[in-house]
Amino acid sequence: MKLNQLTIIQAREKLKKKEISPTELVQACLTRIAAVDTKVKAYLTVSSEQALAQAQELEKKGQIATLPLGGIPIAIKDNFLTIGLRTTAAAKILENYQPVYEATVVARLRAAGAIILGKTNLDAWAHGSSTETSQFFTTHNPWNLAYLPGGSSGGSAAAVAADMTLGAIGSETAGSIRQPASWCGVVGLKPTYGVVSRYGLIAMASSTDSPGPITKTASDARLIFDAIAGRDPYDATSVNFQPLKVKEINKIRIGVPKEYFSPEIDPEVKEKVLAALMEFEKMGAQRLEVSLLDPHLSIAVYTIVQRSEVSSNLARYDGIRYGNPRSDFGEEAKRRIMLGTYTLSAGYYDAYYLKAEKVRSLIIQDFEKVFQQVDVLLAPTTPSPALSIGATVGQPMFGEMADVLVEASSLAGLPGLSLNCGWAKNGLPVGFQLIGPKYSEYQLLSLAEKYQAVTDYHQKRPNL
Amino acid sequence: MAKLTVKEVEHIARLANLSLTPQEIELLANQLSATLDYVAKLEEVNTEGVSSTFQTTGLMNVTREDEVKPSLTQEQALSNARSTYGGYFKVQAVLEE
Repeated sequence: MKLNQLTIIQAREKLKKKEISPTELVQACLTRIAAVDTKVKAYLTVSSEQALAQAQELEKKGQIATLPLGGIPIAIKDNFLTIGLRTTAAAKILENYQPVYEATVVARLRAAGAIILGKTNLDAWAHGSSTETSQFFTTHNPWNLAYLPGGSSGGSAAAVAADMTLGAIGSETAGSIRQPASWCGVVGLKPTYGVVSRYGLIAMASSTDSPGPITKTASDARLIFDAIAGRDPYDATSVNFQPLKVKEINKIRIGVPKEYFSPEIDPEVKEKVLAALMEFEKMGAQRLEVSLLDPHLSIAVYTIVQRSEVSSNLARYDGIRYGNPRSDFGEEAKRRIMLGTYTLSAGYYDAYYLKAEKVRSLIIQDFEKVFQQVDVLLAPTTPSPALSIGATVGQPMFGEMADVLVEASSLAGLPGLSLNCGWAKNGLPVGFQLIGPKYSEYQLLSLAEKYQAVTDYHQKRPNL
Repeated sequence: MAKLTVKEVEHIARLANLSLTPQEIELLANQLSATLDYVAKLEEVNTEGVSSTFQTTGLMNVTREDEVKPSLTQEQALSNARSTYGGYFKVQAVLEE
């Protein structure tokens, strides 16, 4: 086994025993990137020299054993500010932007001993579910290069799936961690809104943006989550994280929302996800049929809320203090700014924005009600496995359709975790998600770890 | 059904400070109208007496001590600007003589 193929847990063991050095680990990832990233195109920027220098410094200081992520190479989605490393959000406006401060997530990873390997591709400004709106290039799915990796954190998910890093950071506004994790067959954890700081994350929709890990295993996601979670004085919306108590699996009631298994869900996806549910039942969990609001309703709410917040957040790009002029906005960003400006404008605010935020309250109450009956929800992450390159062209609502099963929980600020449960006949991964009440991250991680202890879907890697 | 006119789209573009080509305006008039049609399904939901949720943390009035802390230097703050003059951002004139 090559070093870049290790999980974070495995690499930490070897590093602690001094069987391998962080420099060797970084070098193995760089070699893999050089070999396959011309095909996958996951990275926008690879920071070879800085990463190697960081590895040597950690070694010199002798901190590898004591730091929780000491010596572990991590890839960062290119909408997190990194000092000394260009940050673009895959948008032409920021093509030459050199951050003067660092995102809290990145600073915490560095403090935990992680090595920043590079910056990964995304949909421009994270607007999309495919990486096809990136103004630089489209990332390809490592399982089949003719297919999309999902998005917006598509570069991060593809880099992990293709062993071009040990782990990665993504950000989710509604689906952008879970959906690409599902399409690339890896683990993606979208934390409760407010548990991970947004400071230094280029804002998309500020009321739902949530940074989180994308990894090969649930245990790896836990390690990264531990390093990045917790209140940050620089983000006034970050919370004092008090995790819910984790229950034993034989006390767990899993809710199966029937609206999330509707006829529009691909039969192969349904079959694999129900098989995953049975694994949990075998381990002693109890299954309960539940009902939630029609997920299509959340598409409408999300579309209004997201576009409104986007139009406000992207107003700051004036081409004066930093970045290129507004004429460099791509088609997708313009469309979203325009809709958001309309739904927030005089005469339409009540009918669209305020109405959407009221229905959002109903979505939240709906989840609160169901979590009185069950501990977690289990459902497909996406209606189908990955779609082919080009599928988004001329489809302004593409992202919303691909994210139909994750938008409601994002609007409610709930945590969700997606993991692989097999492959469709065409060889593309199928994922399912666990959704829990606020602050139930450790319950979700614990269930995912148990599932991965009795299955081996997470061990198979694509041939590239 | 909501159908945005070219004139309305031009007005929104002005509010958003975007310069659009006539083709873009035409395309956006159609695409935005289609999206507004889609979200119109919210009208069917009864929200009488329902309050709105703008954020989900429940946090209110988050404040901090008013203390001076290290911040960006002038040089750092200007380092990504396209045009500067004597330590300031240089902008297009907005007032006429």
